[in-house]
Amino acid sequence: MDEMKDVILEYVTEEYLEEDDDEISFDTPLISGGIVDSFSMVSLKRFLENKYSISIPDDKATPEAFDSVNKIAVLVQEFVK
Amino acid sequence: MSNIGSYEDRNKDFDWSLAEKELGYKDGDTINIGWYCSDRICEMGKADKTALIWEGLGGKEKSYTFNEIRLASNTIGAFLRELGIKAEDRVCLFMDKIPELYIGFLGVLKIGAIAQPLFSAFGDESLFVRLDNAKTSAIVTQRKHVAKVRKIIDKMPYLKHVIVVDDDGRKPLREREIAFSLENAVPVESIEIHPTKAESASVLHYTSGTTGQPKGVQHVHYSLISQYLTTKWVLDLQDDDIYWCTADPGWVTGTSYGIIGPWSLGVTQCVKDVGFSAVGWYEFIQKRKVTVWYSAPTAIRSLMKAGDEVVKKHDLSSLRHLASVGEPLNSEAVIWSEKVYGLPFLDTYWQTETGSMMLTNFPGMKVKPGSMGKPFPGITAAVLDAETFEQINEPGKVGLIGFKPGWPAMMRTYWNNEETYKGKFKNGWYLSGDRSSIDNEGYFWFTGRDDDVINTGGHLVSPFEVESALLEHEAVAESAVVAKPDEVNMEVVKAFVTLKPGFEASVDLELKIMNFIRKKLSPLAMPQEIEYVKSLPKTRSGKIMRRLLHAKEWGEEIGDTSTLEDDE
Repeated sequence: MDEMKDVILEYVTEEYLEEDDDEISFDTPLISGGIVDSFSMVSLKRFLENKYSISIPDDKATPEAFDSVNKIAVLVQEFVK
Repeated sequence: MSNIGSYEDRNKDFDWSLAEKELGYKDGDTINIGWYCSDRICEMGKADKTALIWEGLGGKEKSYTFNEIRLASNTIGAFLRELGIKAEDRVCLFMDKIPELYIGFLGVLKIGAIAQPLFSAFGDESLFVRLDNAKTSAIVTQRKHVAKVRKIIDKMPYLKHVIVVDDDGRKPLREREIAFSLENAVPVESIEIHPTKAESASVLHYTSGTTGQPKGVQHVHYSLISQYLTTKWVLDLQDDDIYWCTADPGWVTGTSYGIIGPWSLGVTQCVKDVGFSAVGWYEFIQKRKVTVWYSAPTAIRSLMKAGDEVVKKHDLSSLRHLASVGEPLNSEAVIWSEKVYGLPFLDTYWQTETGSMMLTNFPGMKVKPGSMGKPFPGITAAVLDAETFEQINEPGKVGLIGFKPGWPAMMRTYWNNEETYKGKFKNGWYLSGDRSSIDNEGYFWFTGRDDDVINTGGHLVSPFEVESALLEHEAVAESAVVAKPDEVNMEVVKAFVTLKPGFEASVDLELKIMNFIRKKLSPLAMPQEIEYVKSLPKTRSGKIMRRLLHAKEWGEEIGDTSTLEDDE
């Protein structure tokens, strides 16, 4: 789980943060914090599905479920065999 | 009693001079939106009334009275003037929904410069084409967005100043960059308001078309007349209202109805500069006691998805009037909002080019869920035959939506693109690019776009712009971009691509291409799906037939394929 959180945090930092943005933590609000918008959530979901060979149903991929690295890791864990 | 009273009565002998009179404007007078939205309200005795309540990340809150808005916009205007910004220079506002965006907009207008707001999620390429088209003199932005400007600044010798509103001194600014802090600046009590006239350019908003680069829609200060009156009659804003427009001023709704409309009426508005969450939005309404809420179908459908239970956990009893804009509001959303909020969302239809509402559902009018409503008084609207551009009078028959030019907020041109502007008019009508029918009671019913432009979450995306950007990716040989149906956003971007030799189709590559477009253009333009194909359908002359791909996505008849190159 910790390793998974590190991977997600690194991906979000790399892909969604601007050069001068402050560092984020596992609890930083991503969607409600305006770091990842609803359109960009699609590419984040695609990354997770690809990385962990899972399929996240659309009704589970809600803004609330994607709102922090911690929450995303819980969601992904649900689908990882 | 609503401000409009009877729609039928208002239509009788309607004249825009009614709004001129209320605003104390006479033909030939100076008319400056910046002054009307701040100084005039103070002169009316509302200097100490709250103009803006702002909430940002991490629970940050700020509040401004109309007098503070007046002083702050003077201060920004004076700063720009000192830098050498002159009347008609273009000043880009490239910020999140922070107070400096709203106040800076007025400051730019006060000195007679042209405000060019741009959506802060735009990537460097999207930013560049818009600044380059306008030959923008200055950009006002935040530290977090400076990196995007730095990537392109060497290509823009005309861009003299990059003004950073939240510089903290941690990293040195570069050439042409300058810090400005509204909080630390000495308030400027009075500045000379530039004597703009009715036809003086005010705002430049960029919108996308099917072909070519984005178009700069140029508005004038006289647009205030219809923005003021439509806000009063359609949004029904009254003196004690707390108004929330969820739109970003990077787009036209956020300026026409997120700045000009409410503040020209002296109404308190609140702004939430935080991403979407149903709970967050309901908490905001509850805490701020929002009375009038102007939002978008995509947001409403997202709230529908979040369910009814979360609504019940909040006290939303302050709400008294709801309206929607951006894309057609489906009947289910109207019915649902009436069920859960006790109020239907009333759809409004207008465009960047129209500058103000054209077809709307008015307070007190019978609501037909799914309909765009009826023309605003003073607006002559019709559906037109696509070949002859003659008016169709048969109820239920679909045609192009056309408007008789002449309302105050109508665009005056496309910046540096008069030819395309002229092409928007046929047989004395302005063509909106949308299709609809009119029923036997005069209600308009949207049926679709008349071109390939993609309306995603209420924002127009040009397939051409995305296709061009896709070709810049090292793996992409050819591309075609169409709209794909989407439950929440109505449409999303879908790309079909062929790959160059040496590249293999994979999910990993799809993700890389998606992110490439997201960063280069914007999250809105990012294809939500990429389909790898061996070849794209083309005419014998080599033109990609988007129509076929679109039909496939929407399960429609493919139609005439006689000009198709091959059918593989």
